[in-house]
Amino acid sequence: MSFAWAKPYEPKTQLGHWIDQRLPLPRMVHGAVGGGYPVPRNLNYAWNFGVLAGVFLMIQIVTGIVLAMWYNSGIATAFSSVEHVMRDVNSGWFLRYAHANGASFFFIVVYIHIFRGLFYGSYKAPRELVWMLGLVVYLLMMATAFMGYVLPWGQMSYWGAQVITGFFSAFPVVGEPLRVFLLGGFAPDQAALTRFFSLHYLLPFVIAAVVILKTWALHIPGSSNPTGVDVKTEKDTLPFHPFFTAKDGWFVLAFLMLYAAVLFFAPNALGHPDNYIEANPLATPAHIVPEWYFLPFYGILKAFTVDFILPAKLWGVIAMFGSILLLFLLPWLDRSPIRSGHYRPMFKVFFAILIVDVLLLGWAGGAEPTAPVVAVMQIATAYYFAHFLIILPLISKFEKPLPLPNSISSSVLHGEAEESAPYGLAKA
Amino acid sequence: MATVEQPDPLLNEDKTDGAGDGVRRRDFLDIAAVSFGAVGVGAVAFPLLNQMSPPADVLALASIEVDISKVERGQAIKTSWRKQPVFIRNLTEAEIAEANAVPLSALREPQTLAERTKEGKQNWLVTMGVCTHLGCVPLGAAEGENKGDYDGYFCPCHGSHYDTAGRIRKGPAPTNLVVPDFEFVSDTLIRIG
Repeated sequence: MSFAWAKPYEPKTQLGHWIDQRLPLPRMVHGAVGGGYPVPRNLNYAWNFGVLAGVFLMIQIVTGIVLAMWYNSGIATAFSSVEHVMRDVNSGWFLRYAHANGASFFFIVVYIHIFRGLFYGSYKAPRELVWMLGLVVYLLMMATAFMGYVLPWGQMSYWGAQVITGFFSAFPVVGEPLRVFLLGGFAPDQAALTRFFSLHYLLPFVIAAVVILKTWALHIPGSSNPTGVDVKTEKDTLPFHPFFTAKDGWFVLAFLMLYAAVLFFAPNALGHPDNYIEANPLATPAHIVPEWYFLPFYGILKAFTVDFILPAKLWGVIAMFGSILLLFLLPWLDRSPIRSGHYRPMFKVFFAILIVDVLLLGWAGGAEPTAPVVAVMQIATAYYFAHFLIILPLISKFEKPLPLPNSISSSVLHGEAEESAPYGLAKA
Repeated sequence: MATVEQPDPLLNEDKTDGAGDGVRRRDFLDIAAVSFGAVGVGAVAFPLLNQMSPPADVLALASIEVDISKVERGQAIKTSWRKQPVFIRNLTEAEIAEANAVPLSALREPQTLAERTKEGKQNWLVTMGVCTHLGCVPLGAAEGENKGDYDGYFCPCHGSHYDTAGRIRKGPAPTNLVVPDFEFVSDTLIRIG
């Protein structure tokens, strides 16, 4: 698809020819993830997380479909149907723990994938649409995960639904009617639970469709790589199969061992005990926090405590949505022509600060909102926006990048020292 | 059979009305067809979206009656209206005085206790038990719960403090606790909704 030297598909059997002339599906697979897709030869392990995200999407869809065979979406029966799965259904405990922890691991993988993209400038031309479709996937994942968390109808499910749909009531005039419309009632109730179940089942397939578009858009320019230097000759690439199928294959298995370790030995470590109490619309749990993967955004939401033209609540909601929508503009905020952070000495420092900042937001988002915690959230929120809106545009103006290697192959063939040090600086 | 070359005026890309203003008859047909189609799509989309609104049975749970004869001075009860909690509080004289001592300029949403209660029954504070921030149930109705810095209600979710009149004093909530429509049926019975 992408390079002239991509190995064309050649059917090996009569049947293969017969099918290829009628429905060239094997040809498409060969070009997408087979020997016909040339990949930069210098990819490091950070590049394994895209395939891994696909694996977790499949795990979630498969375990989710079988769980739906036992789940009951009535408010009087939802909680007990989940407990029924846990106690009585054969292997039910395994399937539910696999699904619940699968969501957490899906987010771990996607967060690493996103930060990979941020460091190596994967969002820059010509891959802007790949980045933006990825953000669409991320938003869909968040919606799916939120609605899935409501389904067991425990205390955290119920109050999470109450708080998150409450975001919409922040908007003036239309807010409260919109919230009631989305819930189908004045508080989360039967109407809300059933529609969440319906959408929770639908959205993963929408995600799968967007992933196909994203892969398509990626395969036009081909994968990015750790040097950020464009592929120039055939020497710079290796066919996806067998080289990267093998590398992805073993890495997927290694990562699944980590997943299995949590699934079998600490299946509730990432959850909240309150969700094993059935939903009670008259009593809020003492400390409501979302699932860990939403904590940084919760931190941003809670950082706004003072009215300024608009009410504080509306600012919090705008900032929270804005923190993600902002990323859609990233390809145009970071004007540096250099993709890889390896060759950007100033960017590298601020990238490290951004990681600390997001972790700090996550910590503060989960902590009790006391005065010092609120101060941390406010500083960290301000820094998050400053990073993208002020620091990145300024760096791209003033930074003096290190010299880039002449090509991917020269960077690789000069050995490890050359790989870490830019071409021309390391001793030959 | 002889045929005469007769170009179909609808397929003719040239101007067929002879006016020379660049408008084709086809343009009118295009706009008319697309408009008509849009109306059809809208007509089908409406029921698909409208079904999301609260159904009749949810709207029908409009009013409840609550017996308040057992609520002593300084006590509060929680009841449920339209699936949401309602706090009914019998204020003490000290709490009423505390609420009335606050200057309106110190309030985020200025309202007096008298405006939030019924004439002559200022000790009965009836509010929704729904924090106006993101909808948690504030603490402070039951004995021994944290009443916050202003002796009213305290929302544990994001730290909003309400005073003895249920007015927002500190924290992220934008407005006072909502006072639902209610009336005294008798001295010991109120109807909410």
